[in-house]
Amino acid sequence: MSTEPVRSEALSDFALDTSKKDLKAVVADFRVRMKSGDLGSLPAILAICVLVAVFGSTRRSSFVTAQNLANFFEQAAAVIVIAMAVSFVLLLGEIDLAAGYTAGVAAAVLAIRLKEGWGLPAAIVLSALVAIALGLWTGVLVAKLGIPSFVVTLANFLVFQGILLILVKEGGSVRIDNDIIKGIVGNNLSPTMSWVVAVVGLLAFCFGQVHKRRRSDGVIAAGIVVARIAFATVVVVALVLILNRNRAFATANSEIRGMPYVIPLVLIIMLALTFMLDRTRYGRHLMAVGGNQEAARRAGINVVRVRLSAFAGCGLLAGVGGAFLASRVNSIDPNTGGNDTLLLAVGAAVIGGTSLFGGQGRMLNAVLGGLVLALIPNGLGLVGEASPLGIDIDFGSSGVKFICAGLALLLAASVDALSRKRTA
Amino acid sequence: MTTDTPNLGTPLIEVVGVNKTFGAVHVLHNVDFKVYPGQVTSLIGDNGAGKTTLIKCITGIYAMDSGEVRFEGEHVKISGPHDAAVLGLEVVYQDLALCENLDVVQNLFLGRERLKYGLLDEASMEQSTRETLASLSVRTVKSVRQKVASLSGGQRQTVAIAKAVLWNSRVVLLDEPTAALGVAQTKQVLDLVRRLADQGLGVVLISHNMNDVLQVSDRVCAMYLGRVAADVAITPETRREFLVELITAGRSGNVGLQAAGEVVV
Repeated sequence: MSTEPVRSEALSDFALDTSKKDLKAVVADFRVRMKSGDLGSLPAILAICVLVAVFGSTRRSSFVTAQNLANFFEQAAAVIVIAMAVSFVLLLGEIDLAAGYTAGVAAAVLAIRLKEGWGLPAAIVLSALVAIALGLWTGVLVAKLGIPSFVVTLANFLVFQGILLILVKEGGSVRIDNDIIKGIVGNNLSPTMSWVVAVVGLLAFCFGQVHKRRRSDGVIAAGIVVARIAFATVVVVALVLILNRNRAFATANSEIRGMPYVIPLVLIIMLALTFMLDRTRYGRHLMAVGGNQEAARRAGINVVRVRLSAFAGCGLLAGVGGAFLASRVNSIDPNTGGNDTLLLAVGAAVIGGTSLFGGQGRMLNAVLGGLVLALIPNGLGLVGEASPLGIDIDFGSSGVKFICAGLALLLAASVDALSRKRTA
Repeated sequence: MTTDTPNLGTPLIEVVGVNKTFGAVHVLHNVDFKVYPGQVTSLIGDNGAGKTTLIKCITGIYAMDSGEVRFEGEHVKISGPHDAAVLGLEVVYQDLALCENLDVVQNLFLGRERLKYGLLDEASMEQSTRETLASLSVRTVKSVRQKVASLSGGQRQTVAIAKAVLWNSRVVLLDEPTAALGVAQTKQVLDLVRRLADQGLGVVLISHNMNDVLQVSDRVCAMYLGRVAADVAITPETRREFLVELITAGRSGNVGLQAAGEVVV
């Protein structure tokens, strides 16, 4: 068979791939997707909009301030990074309950080595190696021995907590004096650099969108591309304008201005991981193993190696999250990475739309979900005591914050379950 | 009935004298099986007759106790799916083994992705997918970027078969491709099976549905309790009852197994 007729035949077939769509068709497509339960990260984006609108209108003076905005991103950063770590194993349909303490142990190694006088690069390398080793240990037990990851990481939750306790000594803490580590969460770009980063980021986003549209042969409507770029521009410009205002207390003798480092840092990590998942062979294999392990095995993919490496990657990334955790309080203690860290991280991924059953999810989900889970306590704390319907409630109390975060997670899980039911 | 000496050239795949035991159970007894290019060879038999075991022996998933596999007359050793793939031998299993969370292109190239500068070359893979589907005259898949989860059973079967033929394969073994399909979808898949053979591939069709077998097959190999009861050509005169008797009793008229287990053809 000659290739020419095949080519022309191929073009006339597969109508959906090649036909141009206008905005109306896109909206219709979108409605079909919604009805079939393919929600993606839409609930998280809606939640962010609703929360910002509610807190912004009820607590305008405190919520929409430069100080709170910067604070908010710094609160969210560590959980987002650990959520991205957990996303790796969630994509396989596994879970890592010990990721929080992996972050804690890695942070402890980093802090202790720095205190012992090691140089920063050496301390970072050792901390990363320890984080990878902890991930590999989990991976060997899960992928090679076949123990369910829930059980393995439940045990590791205790083991890693024990390691952290021994490293830090009960009741103790290790201060971090290194300026670079301290600056990860807390320091800001200069206002000029903030604009440079914002413009570069926006240009990259525009380029990506336009490139995607060109490659799609015009299947993506031009209107959608313009709308996305316009939305991103408005959000980014507004953020930079607010963050570039001075947010130091009136009594302070120096100014605080500019975009916190964590924003570009988290974005870079997210983009790098997304690129790896979407554009490399390894990422494709990871998604395949998460979707159907048997199919992946028959396709010649080394399933054991993919699963092992995913746990190792989860460990390494959790270690990075550990550095964020340590940087926020400039020290580590036996609770670093403990408490609700892991639960918030898993919750963030799920709220963002990553499935607990594997094969579905993106790194962006972890970021969006992490923002939702940081918005809730941040906003509630500012609302403080209020009396809706005549009942006195202290919205700033930990109890109310936990209940609201839990309800948000339940809501996200129900949306996931309901949409699954609809598709099945 | 036709004789067993057709002038079809060298078989693409020929297995001779295969024996296989699982512990005390002798599953395959001196099985001979041939697949010719451009022919659909149906492999029929009751549950437990040894069809799937034979396929797994051929593709190297099970090791044979004795016997030989010849590919185009040459002795070959197949000790796993990889060796089979190198020879151009592809199996489409009953459970299809597709990743529902991936789209058609991603499934077709799974494990053998094309790279450009170290990254996935989506444009080239997408084009090849369209060409492969078009060459099989598949008209039911409207977008190669659809997730497999959104495809119907017949479309999935089509994708699984396309996945098997994308690699310039020579022999395609289909395990019950129509078992879970409706009438219209069954027809589409059978048409596709026929087209594969017309393109010169050797096609093996495992089926319980005698109508399907009579409709598309050129030859039929009937197995009965681990033995080959008959290996004959299908002619317009071949009756459904003949095949059913071969399956259930191992013989029909003067064709089939003797009581002692000797093969008479």
